[in-house]
Amino acid sequence: MTYAMKHMWGAAWRAGPLISRIVAAIGGGYLLAALASVAALALPMARPQAVLTGMLASFAVYTGAVIWVFAVRSAWRAWGGLLVAAVPLLLAAWSVGSVGAAP
Amino acid sequence: MTQGASKAPGIRQTMSDLHTWSGLLCGWLLYAMFLTGTVSYFKDEISQWMRPELQHRADRPDPAEVAQRIAGELGRVAAGSPQWSMRLPDERHATVSSFWRLPRGEGRGGRGFADATFDPVTGQKVAARETVGGEFFYRFHFQFHYMPVLWGRWLAGFCAMFMLVAIVSGVITHKKIFTDFFTFRWGKGQRSWLDAHNALSVFGLPFHLMITYTGLVTLMALYMPWGEQAAYKTPAQRQELTAELSAFIQPAKATGQAVPLAPIDAMVRQGQARWGQYNVGRVTITNPGDASARVSVTRGDAARASMSPQYLLFDGTSGELLQAKDSVGPAAETRGVMYALHLGRFGDLPMRWLYFIVSLAGTAMVGTGLVMWTVKRRQKLGDPARPHFGFRLVEKLNIASIAGLSVAMAGFLWGNRLLPLEMAGRTAWEVHVFFAFWALALLHALLRPARRAWVEQFWAAAALLALLPLASAFFTDRPLWRSLAEGDWVFAGFELMLWLLAGLHVWLAVRTSRHQPPRRKVSQAGARAALPAGVALAEERAR
Repeated sequence: MTYAMKHMWGAAWRAGPLISRIVAAIGGGYLLAALASVAALALPMARPQAVLTGMLASFAVYTGAVIWVFAVRSAWRAWGGLLVAAVPLLLAAWSVGSVGAAP
Repeated sequence: MTQGASKAPGIRQTMSDLHTWSGLLCGWLLYAMFLTGTVSYFKDEISQWMRPELQHRADRPDPAEVAQRIAGELGRVAAGSPQWSMRLPDERHATVSSFWRLPRGEGRGGRGFADATFDPVTGQKVAARETVGGEFFYRFHFQFHYMPVLWGRWLAGFCAMFMLVAIVSGVITHKKIFTDFFTFRWGKGQRSWLDAHNALSVFGLPFHLMITYTGLVTLMALYMPWGEQAAYKTPAQRQELTAELSAFIQPAKATGQAVPLAPIDAMVRQGQARWGQYNVGRVTITNPGDASARVSVTRGDAARASMSPQYLLFDGTSGELLQAKDSVGPAAETRGVMYALHLGRFGDLPMRWLYFIVSLAGTAMVGTGLVMWTVKRRQKLGDPARPHFGFRLVEKLNIASIAGLSVAMAGFLWGNRLLPLEMAGRTAWEVHVFFAFWALALLHALLRPARRAWVEQFWAAAALLALLPLASAFFTDRPLWRSLAEGDWVFAGFELMLWLLAGLHVWLAVRTSRHQPPRRKVSQAGARAALPAGVALAEERAR
């Protein structure tokens, strides 16, 4: 293996976790925010208010998810945190019987 | 984000990287969104200046009489239409802007609309030049141009999300945020840029955070439709949600039984009694002349910091009040307040200026952030005479998107004054002129050395801005001296502001051309270059 090739492989190896984090931040963050906006329907309030609360809060969830993804030590932890956060939201969304309509 | 060999980088380092790269990726579009959004606080005034044929008037006709008069006129020009809507004149808008749904069979299968502007006193259509007005900057700032509207809005939303992330990560990066606010090191190269960026950011931080979040809220139903889709299955159910968001009434099915409209002025007077004489915003009439006619009279934007729907709904044949909508649920009201905070229409003139100035500081925050990316990296270039491709790309795009945008926006106003009045598709051409100027600025930035390009484009923008009042004097009958003499503060204020902005660009041009980039001390620079980028940055922050 030439030096240049080694260098390329090395670069790709190092870029892997970074790309993983970018996907977690943009894609995973959006999914988490969307899930939170559906989970908000479980809140004890009138339906239109619950829908709007979910929409209003979703961008804060998204921002928090992106910060989390880049703040933690490894890409694995980044994904793990998103999944842990998704569990209660999924339960809430499931409780209103609308998981099928979620993205 | 580079993984260190020994241990992972600290939180402030990762947040700093996140701030830098999310800022850079969306910075150019964000700068354009911020600047065009900033001038949109004076959208109505820009529109007035771009229609010089509409004479300045000091008197304010009574909105109730105006509504009656325009409804009569719409009965002639929009007969058979199932829906009329008019925006009544207010302090900043002396004419009646009206649109109506085209009757079935005309336009796009009942989905087409037509619009016209009416004189509130004569009730006649006003003859002004065809122009897109200040509406262009307003639309551009959240949906851009030359692309489908929805794509543009998604792109703007993506950038706004990155802005939000850049703000939060920027705050985490910047530990000593308040002590540093009082630190300013003039003429110290990168340090000055950093201090300027910090001061602009901290000064306006609550505003920037608010404006970014509320910007996302204005289009949240587009970005986050999932809760709505899960909660509502049919359009009829969805009506429950729409009623919380919008005062716009849709036409019901016409009965076919002709009944004349009840007096509109009496309905508007009921609105005036509730909200004040000049605070009726919009009158919408559905199925006029039919037994199923409805009239909604909507509250204006002034004197309340909320965009939540407040309106009176009348039976259009008897004039009977059917419903007085004056409140919405708590989440809907939160959304209404956030929407209003973004638009800033609730305030009076000083409030509008405050919005304009702080928002301009936000624009400068994005701009200085973009410039800092190159300033920081110039010191680490191997050979400063021949920078690598990425550096040159950012540098050129910075010039075209910052200085070039000023040139393009001034060029757009020139297009309004110079394009032939009888030209076909004049409105579209005004916008083409804007992009033609911007493209020229990009070409110029690519061809010229970076510093020369900055200076020349600032001078070009200054000249274009400074000469615009002369264009008004030559090509319209509204020269500055006449505006001043008549106390027409929209026209006079606009043109004096153009000179102030020209002065700002002269200042930028002079400062840029006098600027001496710090001489590289060979030994120190060499030592720095040997350090990994992260270490050099950390050193810098440890000061």
